[in-house]
Amino acid sequence: MSEKVSVATVWLDGCSGCHMSIFDMDERLIELAEHVEFVYTPLVDRKDYPEHVDIALVEGAVSSEDDLNKIRKIREHTTTLIALGDCAVAGNIPTMRNPFGTDAILETGYIETATAGQQVPDSIIPRLLPVVRPIHEIVPVDIFMQGCPPSADVIYFVITELLAGRKPKLNDKTRPGA
Amino acid sequence: MPVRSRVKTFTMDGQDVSGHESETILEIARQNDIDIPTLCQLDGLSIIGACRLCLVEVVGWNKLVPACATYVEEGMEVVTNSERLQNYRRMIIEMLFAEGNHVCSVCVSNGNCSLQYLATKLGMDYVRYPYLNPDRTVDMSHERFVMDHNRCILCTRCVRVCDEIEGAHTWDVEGRGYKSHLITDLDIPWGDSRTCTSCGKCMNVCPTGAIVEKGKPAGEMIKRREFLGYLTKMRGVNNNE
Ligand code: SF4
Ligand code: FES
Repeated sequence: MSEKVSVATVWLDGCSGCHMSIFDMDERLIELAEHVEFVYTPLVDRKDYPEHVDIALVEGAVSSEDDLNKIRKIREHTTTLIALGDCAVAGNIPTMRNPFGTDAILETGYIETATAGQQVPDSIIPRLLPVVRPIHEIVPVDIFMQGCPPSADVIYFVITELLAGRKPKLNDKTRPGA
Repeated sequence: MPVRSRVKTFTMDGQDVSGHESETILEIARQNDIDIPTLCQLDGLSIIGACRLCLVEVVGWNKLVPACATYVEEGMEVVTNSERLQNYRRMIIEMLFAEGNHVCSVCVSNGNCSLQYLATKLGMDYVRYPYLNPDRTVDMSHERFVMDHNRCILCTRCVRVCDEIEGAHTWDVEGRGYKSHLITDLDIPWGDSRTCTSCGKCMNVCPTGAIVEKGKPAGEMIKRREFLGYLTKMRGVNNNE
């Protein structure tokens, strides 16, 4: 068990589409499970990020204070950090709020268009940052996997290349937006 | 008196090539199947050398030159694809991504965009420059077309096709530097323009999803540029001269 490569998958500000692509590896997940252990994912009931993770696949942009704390912690405790998908790599759809500013979108979402209980939440859910950023603008990223979402084939390719001790070459396999 | 030859012989990536003095490095490269990336250049439109993607090295020249806007010379040694050039080209593409709001995943031109195509081709895996996320507008006032300034890279292909081929000159560029943006007529909504003929040429030559047809779902906007070749051929015009 302990020789297995530890893998974490993390969901920041994304739509979970990248995680759907991970599931789309289908039976290849069973094959991977012989070599890797998924130690932390949105589906593993574990609150804290492990002390050491070999590979982390991080979906989503850095959008809230919670995202910011998480990504710093992940970087600190991870060997290979992979930005998974366009939101993680480039900000993508979450950054569409940046030109307007966070206050303006909260105002629209929670006050102007709300029919009941018009107020911007200030507890329980994490506070949004003034601007949304792609991961590499916060912490160093080792591998960039573009795509919205990247296909299961690409994710499988990256993990198996890393397992084989190689740095995956992705350019002919991914592009922004697809 | 020796007769001055108008045919120039020179080398490109070590290969012997020749071209007429009225031809550009880019034209000779294409005749010899040497691929130089371009963005603002489009056959049939005048040359402006604005995007700088086609920069090449000429041995002994102290600066890089745009292949689309540099005429061939006797004995020149052109290098089209050094590591330095590849690096600069990728930088240009990255800066274009950082400067606008190109959210490919929700663009009607996703999969049919020259900027996106070049990003992949030139090996961009992420953008090294901070995204500016500028506050830009979308003009939906025209009955058939949309102008999305978020996706405009200021190549001015639309400006040139409208002026040089359609003869309307509805489009132009206003502002300088970072503030540059396209306008219709004297900066009025496109739909109110009295010069626009609604021909759609600007939409078809636009390399990105900046000018598109209304009502297209994401990824389904395919531009048709064949008309430009036919029109310029039939009219016998060559805007490059
Ligand atoms: S609208 Fe399109 S064709 Fe016109 S300058 Fe912008 S990117 Fe170029
Ligand atoms: S294609 Fe030559 S400068 Fe744009």
